Amino acid sequence: MSFLASPEFWFLVGTSLAKTLFLIFLVVLPMVSYTVYAERRVSALIQDRVGPNRTGFPLTLLGFRHDFSPGLGGLGQPVADAVKFLLKEDFVPAHVNKFYFWLAPCLAMIPSIVTLAAIPFGSEFLGVRMVVADLNVGLLYIFAIASVGVYGIVLAGWSSNSKYPFLGGIRATSQMISYELGLGLSAVPVLLIAGSTSLSKITAYQVDHGWLLAPFTDGKLTLQEALLWIPIVIAFVTFTISMFAETNRLPFDLPESETELVAGYHTEYSSMKFALFFLGEYTAMIIGSAVTVVLFLGGWHFPFIPDGSHGWFWGLLNIVTFFAKVAALLFVFIWVRWTLPRFRYDQLMRVGWLYIFEIALINIFLVAGILAFAG
Amino acid sequence: MAYIVPRPKLTFWERIYLPAIVGGLAITIKHFKQMLLGRTNVVMQYPEEKWDAHMPEHYRGAPTLVTDDKGRERCVACQLCEFICPPRCISIAPEEIPAESKWAKVEKRPREFDIDMTRCIYCGMCEEVCPEQAIFLRKDYAITGITRAEMVHDKKRLYELGGVFDGLVHKWNPRK
Repeated sequence: MSFLASPEFWFLVGTSLAKTLFLIFLVVLPMVSYTVYAERRVSALIQDRVGPNRTGFPLTLLGFRHDFSPGLGGLGQPVADAVKFLLKEDFVPAHVNKFYFWLAPCLAMIPSIVTLAAIPFGSEFLGVRMVVADLNVGLLYIFAIASVGVYGIVLAGWSSNSKYPFLGGIRATSQMISYELGLGLSAVPVLLIAGSTSLSKITAYQVDHGWLLAPFTDGKLTLQEALLWIPIVIAFVTFTISMFAETNRLPFDLPESETELVAGYHTEYSSMKFALFFLGEYTAMIIGSAVTVVLFLGGWHFPFIPDGSHGWFWGLLNIVTFFAKVAALLFVFIWVRWTLPRFRYDQLMRVGWLYIFEIALINIFLVAGILAFAG
Repeated sequence: MAYIVPRPKLTFWERIYLPAIVGGLAITIKHFKQMLLGRTNVVMQYPEEKWDAHMPEHYRGAPTLVTDDKGRERCVACQLCEFICPPRCISIAPEEIPAESKWAKVEKRPREFDIDMTRCIYCGMCEEVCPEQAIFLRKDYAITGITRAEMVHDKKRLYELGGVFDGLVHKWNPRK
């Protein structure tokens, strides 16, 4: 009990709270808003359009003569979107199962946010390690919590008591369960090489030995690293594909495929409840990108940038590096979405069970063999 | 009759699907880059740029009434446009021109001439049917209003939009 009264405990509580609030309100939620904005702008540019570029303040609603548009391009768009979601009528249809209908959006949002805790988003800042909870089973924790996210979608589809959400829910169940296998197995080679499931330790390994996907970043390239690079690339590809499927992004967005199922599992939702699904989906994208960055792209490390023990500036720069890598991956998410058409349902199952699963499985033995004989 | 759709035999690289994905990504990023650098010029920034300058002569915009060069209204309130109008958006209340007026021999003029722009379909039949060339479809296309009443163009507004139309009545001339 003496620990609970000690200043170390309160320091721990204080820094954890500060890190959590920083991560959620200053990084992830703005990042989600601007990912939605980026989605619209990038899709527009890819399709030779312009996209939202003139969002201003509707002062005429308040009785002024002219609207005010401060020349920020469309950067005000996320604010306008949020205000729209908050002010819209929150309509609950009469035929839904009210309890689960209310529960589902929360279940879509909460697991995505909770998984943030285990991600090391920076090295060290003013002597505090930049991870909310440095779990020694970090990766397993993330996989476990993230798979709870499927309940949000399934419950939404089921409680809506309507055919399109129901079909979306069914698709979500089978898809997310199938691809969790591929996701987990693709991460195993990384665990074999780094020798730990703690995300901080995996990052630390990559700081010392070079990023797994770019083993030359520590300045030297051994034979073992060069041999391991091939299975790592395969693991990276299967991991990324499985992650696209896990986050319901195109080309795997069958649960909400607009062309077939109206809007899939969230057809009956409106206003802030719909916004929670939206936020959950984009937060899951950010978490997925963050996990990929930690596993394959060296976490917060960048060549020639020292870690945070050399001064607060470097600590801050490490955090910025990490989220810059995440943002780059988010761009890939968006880029892929506006390039590829959607898989058919049976093709989706075939890719998941017949290719990703087998390739990931064989890949594990390949990595284990290289580690054992070329080490 | 049932028939079998011939399926193309795919090569190995086509079957593993990834090169096609990379090719697709290359195409989209090319469009993205061209658009970002401003090399694709397909979008008109509407309220600032308008296509008014490129509008063809035969464009059918809002129907308007015109006066002639002496300021006389051409309309004689014959009501042909009112009868021909498919959505029935024109309503005319004729009145007699008082005997002491200089143009008393024209006999009739519209006391009220309303065109309901929420109903108008811009078909141009009123222009075609008018025996006096008094009603013309001009190039105004952005007809907006906050209330329904604002969307009904009365006689004053129609003359404002139409302006003066010089020259003889040239309905049968090849130019028109």
